[in-house]
Amino acid sequence: MIRLAPDQSAQIRRTEKVEFTFDGTAIWGHAGESLAAALIRSGRLHLRDAPEDADPRGAFCLMGLCQECLVVLEGQTVESCRIELQPGLDVTSLRYGADG
Amino acid sequence: MLLLCGTAQMADLIDILVVGAGPAGGNAALAAARHGKHVVLLDEQVKPGGQIWRAKDSSILSAPQTPEGSAGDALRAQITKAQIDHRGSTRIWQIERQSEGWDVHVLRDGQVERLTTKTLVLATGAHEFVQPIPGWTKPGVFGLAGATALFKQNLSPPGQRTIVSGTGPLVFFVASEIRRLGGTVAAVVTPNTRRDWVSKLPALARRVDLALRGALWIAHIMMNRVPIFWGCSVVSVEGVARVEGAEIQKLDANWAPKGETWSIDADSLCLGHGLIPSIEAPQLSGITISYRSDLGGWVPDIGQDGATSVEGVFLCGDGAGIRGATAAELHGTLAGLSAAEHLGARTAKERATLRPRFNRAARFGLAMTALSTPRPGFAMLTKPDTIVCRCESLTQTRISQEVEVGAASSNAVKSGLRAGMGPCGGKYCQTAIARFIALHENRPEAEIPPSAPRPPLRPVPMSALSANFDYDDLPIPKPAPL
Repeated sequence: MIRLAPDQSAQIRRTEKVEFTFDGTAIWGHAGESLAAALIRSGRLHLRDAPEDADPRGAFCLMGLCQECLVVLEGQTVESCRIELQPGLDVTSLRYGADG
Repeated sequence: MLLLCGTAQMADLIDILVVGAGPAGGNAALAAARHGKHVVLLDEQVKPGGQIWRAKDSSILSAPQTPEGSAGDALRAQITKAQIDHRGSTRIWQIERQSEGWDVHVLRDGQVERLTTKTLVLATGAHEFVQPIPGWTKPGVFGLAGATALFKQNLSPPGQRTIVSGTGPLVFFVASEIRRLGGTVAAVVTPNTRRDWVSKLPALARRVDLALRGALWIAHIMMNRVPIFWGCSVVSVEGVARVEGAEIQKLDANWAPKGETWSIDADSLCLGHGLIPSIEAPQLSGITISYRSDLGGWVPDIGQDGATSVEGVFLCGDGAGIRGATAAELHGTLAGLSAAEHLGARTAKERATLRPRFNRAARFGLAMTALSTPRPGFAMLTKPDTIVCRCESLTQTRISQEVEVGAASSNAVKSGLRAGMGPCGGKYCQTAIARFIALHENRPEAEIPPSAPRPPLRPVPMSALSANFDYDDLPIPKPAPL
């Protein structure tokens, strides 16, 4: 395979892995990365349901505009693309159906 | 509002407040500071750089350098060296005229604050246009520009196997970056044809460096047998609660879908169809707008070197028309100098030497904008049951019913259906709705302006507004003596 632009993923050095929870499941991410990035890497894409029709939604614009990546952290609704990952965060998805 | 005005801190009067720390705003701040002005540079992101030169986050200890990374690092170093008062993670949500200049209301760390400035330089950049297609709301679909934020900030690919579909040069950059970061590209799909690209050769010849870089992305993709589908688009997204694949279809010369479709498996999709100038802040400060398809749509009316019809307000960068990063840097310098001139500095000579360079850079940027802007038939990709307004889950059918009963403007659709009143503020539906009205009523897009912006420009949590509220401050009369 010819690589004009080589795969550089092995050359990237990141902070240590830390654990956090998403809907009660333990997940790892790198301290200091965005919560959205850690969730995407772990395959947790479905972050919320649309309030009108419970359509499944996840991170979309990744720049703090679309509000699709909202999750619940410490009782606050936050944009996961703008939250810095720290060990021990307890994150839940935003499901209007489940919460009533 | 009364509470806010009453309790906001009394701020120092700033000479020049720059909003947005990308190539335009960053250089505007540097130019104004060189002329001795007291500059404050506000930005939503933690570090300067804007979307194009977005900084890596603190999880990255070391990584191979990229051209975007070097350019961003250079700007960040200059801003630090010039000791510019840069305030990151700060969002503006309201701009108001007052006697000394302008009050700018910002949100930072969950707190609201009011800044007062003599002049404003607005460098608000752009956001992405994505033509709504069936299934585009599924988790695993990312904006094409949005995906670049993930690459630059987090150095992560969007999934294991990604389809990249979109217009202009960005689609090839995204595909190349996914492979660089260890992901797999299932296919590159672009409405542009090879002939569209050939037609831009004169512009590409003026920027051989950028043209070569683009050619390298394409060669790299082709040599690795990643299929490139020219003159095609992803027309629907497959999967139940997440992306499992996408359907691709050929487009006609007007970019309407035509002929057979086929499917490709993937766990993620990057989808984007050009940039739209972010004009809400200029509109709030009273600047009129015009439709300029060559500049990416509705743009604020500006004069030479970023001057506007509103005294003390200057504009630069993609927020004033999509001309690309190189033009934005020069435009930023010009606008910063104009603002300094407004406050007494002498900058005419410097601006005169920069202006031809800006015009040259803009010609290249505008050629890329022309490739990136969808043609009218592209609106046909949105089907009756496709969600157009993501915030309110409104389908094309609901919007067309509203248009049929007489809602012939973006404002009318907004007040009738709340399309554009959700948390995104209409950034991801207004253009699609305006283009739909244009197609439906056979009118030019220039007759359907975006709805008037209303503060807050960004969601402001109630806790931020009530944080300034203290029960002890309430004037409660003493109880009457017994």
